[in-house]
Amino acid sequence: MADVQSWIDNEVKSNDVVLFMKGTPQMPMCGFSGQVAMILDRVGVAYKGINVLENDEVRQGIKDYANWPTIPQLYIKGDFIGGCDIVREMYSSGELASHLKEKGVATKSAA
Amino acid sequence: MSMADRISARLTQGFQPIELVVVDESDQHHGHGGWREGGGTHFRVRMVAAAFAGETRINRHRKVNEALKAELAGGIHALALDLKAPGE
Repeated sequence: MADVQSWIDNEVKSNDVVLFMKGTPQMPMCGFSGQVAMILDRVGVAYKGINVLENDEVRQGIKDYANWPTIPQLYIKGDFIGGCDIVREMYSSGELASHLKEKGVATKSAA
Repeated sequence: MSMADRISARLTQGFQPIELVVVDESDQHHGHGGWREGGGTHFRVRMVAAAFAGETRINRHRKVNEALKAELAGGIHALALDLKAPGE
């Protein structure tokens, strides 16, 4: 991975919803990553999970990319949304679903 | 000084919070990733401060992350934040 920042940038911009997490959506290795994965499943949105534990460059690189010191990190349509606390608050208030709708990202759960 | 005390001191100094609760939840993460014997790794912070008025969630978190930069780089493994402006 010659330039991890451009690799990350490409992932974030070429996928509607991307979650940088510890572990995989099927097998999260961290409670916070698992909570966000579960929320995305409940909202019914398709997303790409990227396991930062598989690559130390990505693990550090994503922190630099968003200037955000922790993982998980959720991106929607190229925009950094936040980590576990923010995603959970947005889910509880209904903002997450409305934000996805606003951005034109399809969700399975009926409104 | 414990890590919880260090966090409290930094946040008190940086935000003059109206309400501040720092909970060391390290024991609840016994054996999980990042956990160490003796605690001081997993924290939950609830803070109400005027500095958050009109700020987005991301900016609120960024302000706290900035204030706790040294602690995040040197010991804190997980930090859950509940940040509110007065009246929220």
